Amino acid sequence: MIKALLVREAKLINRKKSELMNPLFFFLLVTSLFPFGVSPEPELLAQIAPGVIWVCALLAVMLSLDVLYREDFDDGSLVQMIVSGASPVSIVMAKAITNWLFTALPLIVMSPLIGILLNLDNDAIPAMMLSLLLGTPTMCFIAAIGMSLTVGLRRGGVLLSLIVLPLYIPILIFGAMAVNAAAMGHDYTGQLLYLASGLVLTVSLAPWAAGAALKISISE
Amino acid sequence: MTWNWFFRLGSPKWFYQMAGRWQPWIWLITFIGIVSGCYWGLFIAPPDYYQGDLQRIMYIHVPAAYLSMMVYVIMAVAGAIGLIWRMKMAYMVSISCSPIGAAFTFLALVTGSLWGKPTWGTYWVFDARLTSELILLFLYFGHMALFYAIDDVKKADKAAAILAIVGVVNIPIIHFSVEWWNSLHQDASLSKLQKPKIDEAMLWPLLVMIVSFKLFFVSVLFPWVRNHILWREKDAKWVKEIIEQ
Repeated sequence: MIKALLVREAKLINRKKSELMNPLFFFLLVTSLFPFGVSPEPELLAQIAPGVIWVCALLAVMLSLDVLYREDFDDGSLVQMIVSGASPVSIVMAKAITNWLFTALPLIVMSPLIGILLNLDNDAIPAMMLSLLLGTPTMCFIAAIGMSLTVGLRRGGVLLSLIVLPLYIPILIFGAMAVNAAAMGHDYTGQLLYLASGLVLTVSLAPWAAGAALKISISE
Repeated sequence: MTWNWFFRLGSPKWFYQMAGRWQPWIWLITFIGIVSGCYWGLFIAPPDYYQGDLQRIMYIHVPAAYLSMMVYVIMAVAGAIGLIWRMKMAYMVSISCSPIGAAFTFLALVTGSLWGKPTWGTYWVFDARLTSELILLFLYFGHMALFYAIDDVKKADKAAAILAIVGVVNIPIIHFSVEWWNSLHQDASLSKLQKPKIDEAMLWPLLVMIVSFKLFFVSVLFPWVRNHILWREKDAKWVKEIIEQ
C-alpha cells in the first residue's frame, strides 16, 4: 500500500521539475542574503553559519510542502484515495517520505556548498550534514501534521508556519548545537543522539496525529 | 450512577445553567483570595534578603507562569476528551482555554521581564525558562489561529484539539531542550516532590495567590464557555428563550 503511494508521489513530483528545484534556489538565495544583511566578514559569518544554515533549511523544507498536499486536495485525489480505502496514516507517511527524499536530501547534498559560502569551519561540515540528515526527517513528519491540519484552508501558508515553527525549536537547538560543537572542535555525538531520538519519537507518533488531522480536514 | 455528573457535563444547557449559578460565587471567592493574597504578599510577607521589596513581584509572576502551563494541559486534556467521547462541551472548554492561557503566559512574560530589568540588568535574555514561556505563547497563538481560520466549527474543534495534543507532547521536549541550551533563571522554588526552598512566611501568600489564580481562571473560563454555548446552540429552543427575555 505505502509502496504504491510512494511511487505515485515520486512520479508526480518528477513531472514538476521546477517545483523540485525551487526549495534549493530558495535555500541558496536566503543563505546568501545574510552576508549582505549582517556583514561580509569571514569570522562573523563562520560564527552565524550553523544557525543560518539550519534556519534556512527548515524554511525551505516547510515551503516545499504545498506541492505535496494542496494540489492533491484541490483536484480531489486526496478525498478519492481515502474513499477508496487508503489509510490516511499511510498517505501522510508516503508524503512525508517523498518530501524528505525530494526536498531535504538534495538540500543536504547542497549544504557543504553553503557551508563554504558562509566560511563554515571545514571540520564542521560533516557534523552539519549528519545533523541535517537526522533532523530533516523529523521536520518533514512534524510538517505533515501542520499541513494535514491546514490543507483545507484557502490561505494556509502563514498559518502553517505559525503552527509548525514552534515545534521545530528543539530540532533547531540540537542541530545548530552539533554544528557549533564541531566548529569548536568538540565532540558532537551527544547532540546527534538527541536528534536521532527525536526522529524515532516523531516517526512513531506523528503519522497517527497527521492521519487523524487529514481525515478531519477532508471530511465535509 | 457515579458517572452521571460526567455525562451531565456534556449537556450544554446544564452547563450553561450550572455555570451561571456558580459564577458570582466563584468571582466572590476569587476576589477575596486575590485581595487577601496580594495584601499578604505585598505588605505582610517579609522582603527578600537580597532583592528587598522587588521580590514581591513573585506573587504575581509565579502564579501566572504556573497557570500558563496548567491551562495548556487542561486545554489538551479537554481536547482529547472531545475527540475520544465526542463531547461538544469538552471542545468548547478546550477552545475557551486558549485565549485565557495566552493571557496568563503574556502576564508571566511581562512581570518576568519587569523583574529581570533590576535584577539581571536586562528586560529580556534568551534564557531557558523565558524562551520556553515565549514558545508556549506561540503555541497558544497557533492554536487560536487554527481554530479561527476554519469556518466549520466542528472541523475547527477537532483540528484544534489535535494541535493541542501535539503541543502537549512537545512541551516537555521544548522545555528540556531549551534548558540545556541556555540557563540563567533560578531553579524552580516550588516542587511537589521536594521540600519548598522558600521560607514559609513567603510560601503561604504565594500558595494563596496560586489557588486564587486558579479560581480566577475558572471564573474567566465560565463566561467564555457560556458565550460559546450561546453562539453554537443558537438554534436550540432554550437559547432562543434566553435571548428573547
